[in-house]
Amino acid sequence: MIEIINLQKKFGENVALNGITTTVKDGEKVVVIGPSGCGKSTFLRCLNCMEDPTGGSIIFGGEDLADMRVDINRHREKMGMVFQQFNLFNNMTVLENIMLAPVHLRTKRLKQAKRKNFGRKIANLFRKEKKALIEITETKASIKKEAEETARKLLARIGLEEKADVYPATLSGGQKQRIAIIRSLAMNPQVILFDEPTSALDPEMVGEVLDLIRELANEGMTMVIVTHEMGFAREVADRVIFMSDGVITEEGTPAEIFDNPQNPRTQHFLRAVLH
Amino acid sequence: MQTKIETFIRVFIDEGGYREVLVGLRNTLLIAVLGLLIGIVIGTVIAAIRVMPKYKRLPRVLDKICQVYVGFFRGTPMVVQLLLFWYVLLPLMGVNLPALSIGNFSIGPEVWASIIVFGLNSGAYISEIMRGGILSVDYGQTEGGRSVGLSYGTTMMKIVIPQAVKNILPTMGNEFITLIKETSVVSFIGATDLYKTFNDMGSNTYEFMVPYLVMGMIYIVLVSVIALGIKLMERRLARSDRNH
Repeated sequence: MIEIINLQKKFGENVALNGITTTVKDGEKVVVIGPSGCGKSTFLRCLNCMEDPTGGSIIFGGEDLADMRVDINRHREKMGMVFQQFNLFNNMTVLENIMLAPVHLRTKRLKQAKRKNFGRKIANLFRKEKKALIEITETKASIKKEAEETARKLLARIGLEEKADVYPATLSGGQKQRIAIIRSLAMNPQVILFDEPTSALDPEMVGEVLDLIRELANEGMTMVIVTHEMGFAREVADRVIFMSDGVITEEGTPAEIFDNPQNPRTQHFLRAVLH
Repeated sequence: MQTKIETFIRVFIDEGGYREVLVGLRNTLLIAVLGLLIGIVIGTVIAAIRVMPKYKRLPRVLDKICQVYVGFFRGTPMVVQLLLFWYVLLPLMGVNLPALSIGNFSIGPEVWASIIVFGLNSGAYISEIMRGGILSVDYGQTEGGRSVGLSYGTTMMKIVIPQAVKNILPTMGNEFITLIKETSVVSFIGATDLYKTFNDMGSNTYEFMVPYLVMGMIYIVLVSVIALGIKLMERRLARSDRNH
């Protein structure tokens, strides 16, 4: 699904990623672990070009996202992202947060189609062979209605229907993060990137967020997760990537990495975090 | 003093001076309000350009243009800008601004010119205010918007700028009040504003004391009302911060 070839990222002179090559397969759950500053967050953020890679390629949907000419917005719709700091839109209610992107982007496409049809109608006046119009089945209202239904369904799924009309400022961290997750789900993504989704949470809220992620994992969503929750990593991951100094030091199944790490850096790191 | 007041009342009420004052008041408000609106549009666009990531050439060039623009309008007095616009730029371009009149309601070309200059001028100031406001919004908001596939422009318009506006509303109110008061220079190009009507009244009677006193009071009342309006607006926009 995502093919990463020799990915590099420099911040000025500072090399954050030094040639990462790996593939995320359909339905695979990849967990990235490593000491802080090893480049794991940068790696994740390069996947949807939140940070623009300085070298290498990321092949997704048949295009190279590292190429600046590619319309990255189109691909980001299919690549959800969940942040450490939630990043819910503070000026919108929960429902608006979830509906904003689906409604906006679909309406935009509807407008484009209408414009195109208008152009074709005019051109058809002068054409012998009439060009077919694009079929338009939705209206602005129907898009909105549909998006609202989806949003409410998603909210019901995480048991927060009654929070639909409140602003994010009133929610707990765990609620915010779960809403951030369903906000990315509302776009119907092919893959979701999790950037330390539980690191900013109070300990008692970590569980509810991990439960939701686990649920999505079980439903077969493709995921790339950067996390410090080793227990969770072991349980959810199909493959664990251990990174240090901007390169993949070791990768393998959770059993291989956690029970029998080969590289001394991995051994050292795991000894430190697992106590 | 008695006669001064009597003179003023005679001119102001009996001879219909209040009608002139109303026209002046209308022009003052018109110049300040439309100037502010134009300024907000220009300022927002400039601010959005100036905070844009500058990988490509176009944003860099636009940024330079904006810097020159802001530099000019902040670096010269409003009066100078008005005079340059009215006596230099318009004649050189050979433009005659139209006068708009609907019934008794007429806006002369000098008022249009004032509105344009005030808009351009406040655009420069508002762009800096707005830039500060945009930078005050956590970058995570931008990332959140971009991560769901919204373009830079849409993210700005729907997510960042609404929050920036909330943060800068008090400063923006200040700018509006400044504009109201600055309108007193438009008489330099012959536009009738609040100041000019009272000044005319004084010149005609050789009695300046009472007209100027009344003028001062009108300005204070005007500004107080605006300040109150801004306060109400702030309270309305603070909704998303509060628990309810």
